[in-house]
This record gives sequence, C-alpha cells and structure tokens, in this order.
Amino acid sequence: MKKLIALGLTYAVIQILIMTNLISDYLQATLVTICINIILAVSLNLITGFTGQFSLGHAGFMSIGAYVCAFITLRNPTIFGFLIGVFAGALAAALMGFLVGLPTLRLRGDYLAIATLGMSEIIRIIFINLEITNGAAGLNGIPQFVNWTWLFIFMTATILGISNFIKSSHGRACISIREDEIAAEAMGINTIKYKVVAFVIGSFCAGIAGALYASYFYYIKPDLFGFLKSVDILVIVVLGGLGSISGSILAAILLALISTYLQSFPEIRMILYAAALIAIMIFRPQGLMGSRELSLELFGKLGDSLKSKKGRV
Amino acid sequence: MEGFLQQVVNGITLGSIYALMALGYTMVYGIIRLINFAHADVYMIGAYVGYFCMTFLNLGFLPSLVIAMFVCTVLGILIEKIAYRPLRNATRISVLITAIGVSLFLQYGMMFFVSANVRTYPEMTGIMTKSINMGNIVISMQQIILVSITIILMILLQFIVKKTKIGKAMRAVSMDKDAAELMGINVDSTISFTFGLGSALAGAAGVLVGVYYNTINPLMGTVPGLKAFIAAVFGGIGIIPGAMIGGYFIGAVEVLVAGYGNSMYRDAVVFAILILILIVKPSGLLGKNTREKV
Repeated sequence: MKKLIALGLTYAVIQILIMTNLISDYLQATLVTICINIILAVSLNLITGFTGQFSLGHAGFMSIGAYVCAFITLRNPTIFGFLIGVFAGALAAALMGFLVGLPTLRLRGDYLAIATLGMSEIIRIIFINLEITNGAAGLNGIPQFVNWTWLFIFMTATILGISNFIKSSHGRACISIREDEIAAEAMGINTIKYKVVAFVIGSFCAGIAGALYASYFYYIKPDLFGFLKSVDILVIVVLGGLGSISGSILAAILLALISTYLQSFPEIRMILYAAALIAIMIFRPQGLMGSRELSLELFGKLGDSLKSKKGRV
Repeated sequence: MEGFLQQVVNGITLGSIYALMALGYTMVYGIIRLINFAHADVYMIGAYVGYFCMTFLNLGFLPSLVIAMFVCTVLGILIEKIAYRPLRNATRISVLITAIGVSLFLQYGMMFFVSANVRTYPEMTGIMTKSINMGNIVISMQQIILVSITIILMILLQFIVKKTKIGKAMRAVSMDKDAAELMGINVDSTISFTFGLGSALAGAAGVLVGVYYNTINPLMGTVPGLKAFIAAVFGGIGIIPGAMIGGYFIGAVEVLVAGYGNSMYRDAVVFAILILILIVKPSGLLGKNTREKV
C-alpha cells in the first residue's frame, strides 16, 4: 500500500510540474532519457546482474523495438497504432532474443559478451543496408505519442515485472545460475532454460525502451544503437550495482544529470565515463548499492536507528 | 581467375594486420583469460606514434616502426599494471568491464588530445612506391614489405615463446598459474612481459596499417580489433599458430566478400562467422576441448 502511494505521488508531482510548465522542454527530454535508461538498465540487470550472463548487445534489441514501433506508427499514426507498435516492437525484440539466446547462451562469460556484441553489430549493419529502414540516414517524422504518463506506466510495469520475477522461484533459479552454474545444474535447475528466459524478458523490455525512444524523439538511425549505447547501459548497471534494481534506477538518474551538465563536452564526458568504469571496478566492484535494494522499509529502519541514536545521546 | 588471385593478394595483406593483432589477443587471453579490449586502442596509438615520427620528426619507415613498437610495449605494460593487476583475483566480468573502460579511456583521451579528425600518413618515397606486375596481378612493394615484416615478427615471436627462458615461463603460466608460481616463476613479471610483447605487435600493426591505408583516426581500432579477436577465436584462443591462421582466414574472407558480394555486409559476415564458430566448435580450429571441473 505504501508503495502504491509513493508511486502515485511521484507520478502526480512530476505531472503537475509538467502541466504548470515548471519543467522546461530540455529537462523533459532529460526526464524521458532517464525513464528509458531505467527500463534498459533494469532489464540488462536481469540478464547480467541477476543471471550473470554478460551481454554487450542490449542496444541491438533496443533498435529492433525502435524500428518496429516506428514502422507501425508511421503507417497507423493513432494512439492504438502506437500501443500495437510498442508491443510488436517488444515482441520482435524478444523473438530475436530467443533466436540469439538459444545457441549463444551455451557459451560462458566473455565468449557470450563477444557473441552478443557481434549479434548487435549484425543487426545494425542489416538496418543500414535495408531499403525500408532508409539505410544509414534513418527514419524521420515518427509520430510522437509518448508523454510522461505512458513513460511512467511502462517504466513501473518493467520495474515491478522484473522485481517480481526475481522474487519468484524462476528468479531464484536465475540467481543460483549467477552464483554457480555447475552447482545450479547439479541441483536440477535447467540452466539453459532459465538463461534463455532471462534473456528473452530482458530483450522484451529493451524492445519497449526502444519503441518509447523512437516515439518520443521521432527520429532514429542505426548508428544510435551501436556498441557505445550498449556500453552506456552497462555503465549504468555496473555503477548501480550488479544485482540491484534500485541501484540501476539511482545510477540512471545520476548519470543522466551528470551528462546533462557535460552536454557541451562530449569527449570529456566519455573520458569520465571510462575512468569511472575502471575506478568502480578497482575500488568498489559491487557498485553503489551492491546487491542490496533500497526500499521504503529501509528508510523506515534508517529513521528508527536515527531516533534510537538520538535517544541514546 | 586473375581477379580472384588479386583478391587473394589483398586478403593476405589485410590478414597480416589481423594476424599481428590476433597474436596479442590470444597471448593475453591464454595467460590471464581476459579479452583485452584495450588491445585495439594500443594498435591505434601505435599508428599515431608512427604518424608523429614520420610527420614531425621526419624519421624513415623502419625507425618509426621500432619507436611505435617500443611506445606500445610501455603502454601495454602500464595498462596491465594500473588497470588489470589490482583485479587479478576479481571475477572475469569485472576485469572485462575494466578492459572496456580502458579502451574507451584511450579512445576518447586520444580524441581529446589529437581531435577526432582523420590524419593522413605522409607519402611514401623510394622503394615503397614501386609495384610488381605479374600478368594482371599487381603486388605493390608496400604489400610485400608489410607481409614480410609480419612474417619476420611472427618468427621472432615463435622464437621467444619456444626457445627462451621467459617464453617457457609464459607457457608455464598459461598452463597453470599457481603451479608456475610454486616452481619459482615470477607470475606478475611474466604477465607484464606478455602484455608488452602483444602490445609491441599491435603497435607494429598500427604503423603498417597507417602506411598501407594512409588514413588514421582515434576510433580506427574498434572494428579491426573485434575482427582480430574473432580471428583469435577462430584459430583457437590461446594458441599462437591458431591466431596466425585465423588472421589470414578472416582477412581473406573479408576481401572476398567485399570483392564478390556486397561490401556493406563484410563486417556482418565476419561476425556471423564468429557466432557460427562459437556454436559449432567454441574451442576453435586448433583448440582442444576442455571440460570444466568443479
């Protein structure tokens, strides 16, 4: 119940701020980027953080969602077409995730990283060469349906969906694969099945994020979804903590704010990103949150401990 | 037929570059099980050092090559010391993420200092401009020099790995790090040496590419780096002759796809080869199957 109230409050506050024009267009774009990045990071966290499968191809799935949604809304520019576009995009990304995941998830660790990277490069090259995707120039004039309400719905649906998945027995199976694949298999867990399930759910959500991206920014081209985009998402997940959903959310917000400030120095931004990646890995490999979660109860506990400390003094 | 032979000549030239880079990937992977993403950027920096020597110091081709190899050796050892050594006992994912970080750091650091503009290598003079015609097949002197330098470096590498004491140490560490340490081998310095050796080859590849293709830029390493890694996987990662075979194979495939198919798809074909190998025979052409034990 508390959670629902907190969610409702967050939504209402920002909606009021937008309606009263207190948030400028530029800040709104940042807000959209944050929401999309949260969806991407949380879904990559399911694959990399919870299941322990290192994927470098998340941007590839995102691009499938973006292109499918763009096609459908360009042909059918209604809100109905938009919703179909989002789901068709997500389904297409999930299908691709299944097709790619089934053979490559037999690989371990770094081989999988390279295979997924290769897969996303193949997707990008295909989009560059196809007629209907308008090649390297990309698609323009995609009708804009995304607003804060839609973003909020999809974002909370993704977060709740994935966090509930992790708490289910399927999610536990995924975590056991991360901890020790051989031991998990010995305990009778069908590791391939759960790895593919996590991969498909992750790519489904990446498809949603791509669709929202296409519909808000009304312009997509293959180069937007290259290796760097995948690394961007990875940085969020690593900074937040592999295996912490609230960490991913915090990191997405933090990084979006930092890059807003560094907008005019793109090179310095990337140097800082890179240095941050190295420094986090050396000094705090568990990221901001480790595998802990931020929750309302935690705030409650914090409050209690503060009170008790005061009492003692 | 002549067209095909010409393509093969070009493929061998390109393959030499991939083979040189693949050697670095394969040695580092063999010894610490890490895909050294930064390797591709060491190659880029080698190309820039060569450019700097030739343009501003007016040095010839060979001195520039040697200087670039030296600078890259130092760089490789530094990268290992600063970024990878603190993570010796960390999980493989953390080290891999660090490698991506180092790679981006080098790329954008370089972009910050020399700008993202494309630089052009100076015109070659003297014997480097000549070419040999055999029927309709043209082999330029640059191609001959490039391939022969590659072969000389490979022979040198084979000599170091097979015949010297440090080479023996390298092989021992890559077989079993703990056992090697018990036998009195200094594991850290052996790993440093491996990084230096691999980076020197990458630096050489960078200068050769600069001379052959003329243009360089700070992001030039990424795609050839990935392909060289694919070449290493193709030949069987950790196996030095495998990397050479893989390099020439990938080079030939790429040139043939560009020549007879659609040149836009040549990168896609190489990645498709990677996924195919990983599915069919993940241990590579010369690799042996190893079972993972608990």
